[in-house]
Amino acid sequence: MLRVHSIETFGANEGPGIRLVVFLQGCPLQCLYCHNPDTQPCDPAMGRLYSNEQILELLEKERPYFIRKGGLTVSGGEPTLQTPGLLELFPLVRERGFHAAIDTNGVIYNPQVNALYDMTDLIILDVKHIDDTWHRKLTGGTNHGVLRNAEYREKSGKPMWLRYVLVPGWTDQLEFLEQWAQHFAGYTTVERVEILPYHTLGVHKYAALGRPYGLEGVAQPSRHRIEQARRIFAAHLPNVIVA
Amino acid sequence: MDRKTSVLEDIFKTHRWQDDVDVRDFIFRNMTPYLGDAGFLVGPTESTQALWKRCQELLKQERAHGGVLDIDTHTISTITSHAPGYIDRAQEKIVGLQTDAPLKRAIKPFGGWRVAAEACKQAGYEIDPAVVEMCRKYRKTHNDGVFDAYTSEHKMLRKSGIITGLPDNYARGRIIGDYRRLALYGADRLIEAKKADRRRLTGTMTEDVIRLREEIAEQIKALEMVKEMAASYDFDVSRPAQNAREAIQWTYFAYLAAVKEQDGAAMSLGNVSSFFDVFIEHELAEGSLSEVEAQELIDHFVMKLRLVRHLRMEEYNQLFAGDPTWVTEAIGGMWSNGTTKVTKTSFRFLQTLYNLGPAPEPNLTVLWHPNLPEGFKRFCAKVSIDTSSLQYENDALMSAAGACDDFCIACCVSMMETGKEMQFFGARCNLAKTLLLALNEGRDELTGELIVPDIAPLPEGPLNYDEVRSRFEKCVAFVAEAYVNTMNVIHYMHDKYYYERAMLAFMDSEIKRNMAFGIAGLSVTADSLSAIKHAKVTPVRNEQGLTTDFHIEGDYPKFGNDDERVDSIAVDLVQRFNAELGKHVIYRKATPTLSVLTITSNVVYGKKTGATPDGRKLGEPFAPGANPMHGRDTSGAIASLNSVAKLNYFDARDGISNTFSIVPKSLGQTEDDRVDNMTALLDGYFTKQAHHLNVNVFDRDTLLRAMDHPEEYPQLTIRVSGYAVNFTRLSRQHQQEVVARTFHTNL
Repeated sequence: MLRVHSIETFGANEGPGIRLVVFLQGCPLQCLYCHNPDTQPCDPAMGRLYSNEQILELLEKERPYFIRKGGLTVSGGEPTLQTPGLLELFPLVRERGFHAAIDTNGVIYNPQVNALYDMTDLIILDVKHIDDTWHRKLTGGTNHGVLRNAEYREKSGKPMWLRYVLVPGWTDQLEFLEQWAQHFAGYTTVERVEILPYHTLGVHKYAALGRPYGLEGVAQPSRHRIEQARRIFAAHLPNVIVA
Repeated sequence: MDRKTSVLEDIFKTHRWQDDVDVRDFIFRNMTPYLGDAGFLVGPTESTQALWKRCQELLKQERAHGGVLDIDTHTISTITSHAPGYIDRAQEKIVGLQTDAPLKRAIKPFGGWRVAAEACKQAGYEIDPAVVEMCRKYRKTHNDGVFDAYTSEHKMLRKSGIITGLPDNYARGRIIGDYRRLALYGADRLIEAKKADRRRLTGTMTEDVIRLREEIAEQIKALEMVKEMAASYDFDVSRPAQNAREAIQWTYFAYLAAVKEQDGAAMSLGNVSSFFDVFIEHELAEGSLSEVEAQELIDHFVMKLRLVRHLRMEEYNQLFAGDPTWVTEAIGGMWSNGTTKVTKTSFRFLQTLYNLGPAPEPNLTVLWHPNLPEGFKRFCAKVSIDTSSLQYENDALMSAAGACDDFCIACCVSMMETGKEMQFFGARCNLAKTLLLALNEGRDELTGELIVPDIAPLPEGPLNYDEVRSRFEKCVAFVAEAYVNTMNVIHYMHDKYYYERAMLAFMDSEIKRNMAFGIAGLSVTADSLSAIKHAKVTPVRNEQGLTTDFHIEGDYPKFGNDDERVDSIAVDLVQRFNAELGKHVIYRKATPTLSVLTITSNVVYGKKTGATPDGRKLGEPFAPGANPMHGRDTSGAIASLNSVAKLNYFDARDGISNTFSIVPKSLGQTEDDRVDNMTALLDGYFTKQAHHLNVNVFDRDTLLRAMDHPEEYPQLTIRVSGYAVNFTRLSRQHQQEVVARTFHTNL
């Protein structure tokens, strides 16, 4: 059983090909720029429970769209908050020939999560800041687990995509961008690096939830800043993409 | 006759195509499939750019004149009625216009002289009174014939809007000559073949035999006239084409003859690209033609197709907005032996959307198959993403249904075996209004007029699904029968008074016929029935007892979310309507077919339909074609596509149209991703046995900007329902309906 916030049948930005994206309810972080703040609460009254069979049925309905690539991506919220459920679901998903990915912030590191990584075809890891102080400021949590998860994945030799949300004044410091890129420069499992320029599309949701928005007044990054970040990443990492 | 009429026979692989008229055999034996990518394509030549610039100026003037640039109000248009016309003779590699000047429209009164006269008047012209006098006194038109035979029931259904878009005062169109035949055989050989067919029609002179003998005689006259028309442009089409330029020119002359004589609602071109490619490949190999010249020929040809015009009334434009002509060209697909029909010229046709910019015409239709060459698939996806000018149809499904592999698309979505099959097209039944008849004792919900007799009143209070269903089935049966009868009258008269000799001259004499019916408002009706079944729906009635609104308590499953509880209702509606049609006698033993297609008439249908039990209010537009209702497909694009894919094509052989709009970013992060995902989307959708998909890739904001600043978007092309239009040529109301459609986003 998984507690699901929502489901998108046509995800095209959450891993290779067309994805069934299952957004789980609940996240241990409270990122200032989170554009789906309604997915954060780990409230059992929120979201809807889905059985493994229900998820598999949805996947079967999409099978023809997955011919060359594509498959299931579990996102959130934070999927590893529901690791026990995923440890049951993923073997069934892969048994049926579907590609399974998780889109994670990586903050939870433990043997169970290690086991989940081992049965996941692709890890999309969002490393939100390389500097722990800034990471805490931005997300409310430490990046220790994130970096350990990255290291674990690298050692396993299985593919991983890295993600980075570029927020002016928060994550676009040149020295940290350089540090971020260098940290992963030696990794052989990183297939793709995605820079996601900060956008304000989710701001209205805060008002709806009656919550203050932490990045009030922060503009979207300029083209120049985006290109700068891209260049720094590309100097060290393969396949850097600006979304 | 002398079989050795062509140098083609020395050059190309010889076989059956030499002995009989069989263009498919010629292409099949001689074409070179192309498995590569779009890298070989070239841009426009200087003369292409100069010509197109001139056309754009004319198109701008046409828009400034309120949509009609000029009309020849005196000359009844025939194959030979007008002197040759040019854009800029010295630059044109392919020549020929409908009249003596570009965009000058001609009068074709034989569908109905009143329409021709009214259309002139609405454009600020007056039709020559001599033409009206001739039609009134000496030469009856189709429209007069139909109304002489209509019963009061036919007129009532028409007036109430239960059936709309009947071709009873304009030409029916939808017939596609195999225009390639003129290029491959030349007019003389085709005339010989027609004469031979006619010679065989002897013995007992039944009505069928007499009629066909007369029709073939007319076809022969048309072929003679095509020779005369071509000669006025200094070409001799009595003989076959000898090279690529001639092959294109000859084919165009044949098509031109059709659009000079007929102003049918849709005048498709067929599937000519890979036919042209045989000639082009030969010359490229020989060194007598370069890639630049090859592309130039295609660009010039396509430019001509973009200038085809008919004279329409305002009422027509309300149904079919944006002055469409449906010069539909089917591209791609597979031969029955599993090899592809894709050639380099398939690419060259798509390339015109870059060389000349996006445009609604010709209506480029890709016959999609999972086994199409990867390079072609990717190019199609890219063109869709860049131009929103393509539609896609399921090649394997149509090939299986029609048991043939040389077919083309009539109008928007309707498959026809090329040169061997025609259709009697007409109108659509407003399914949502038919449901309202069932809720109102058979009366029109707006006027109270009795249309279907013997429908018992419903008990007061919330609607009971079974009670509604039983009444609805009765109404459907009644309307379907009346619809068939109305169509029989129309097509009898059309054959009699406005026979399409110019198109049928390029088809087999013994031809397959289907009669194409349609339904509109499928998703409204399915959702309405779903609401009655799964929620509590109570009608609000006025003092006459007619429904004016509905109270809905609770939620209900909506079509477009891959939810079997309502999707099965939609599937069943289509199946049942189709089955009803099959119960009746059809003119000329045609096979009845059904489409789920509205073109842009979903707006007008909505206007004429009262509030429906799904919560739709009086006058609100329906969704187009088989689309889920605006904004109700909330489970993502795939769920929406999957719902439509469930509709059984074999119950709707005339086509199931789905128009899909997506925001570019929702297709992926990089251009490569977007192309990949679009390709996978099409593969998946058609593997699900879906029939048709219009693909639009743009932001809603682009449309909103274009509404306010049309001058900045003269070529903004969007797919609406089986065809494409210039967005800025739509009425405000149509524009608003398009903006209200579901734009799939997943950000």
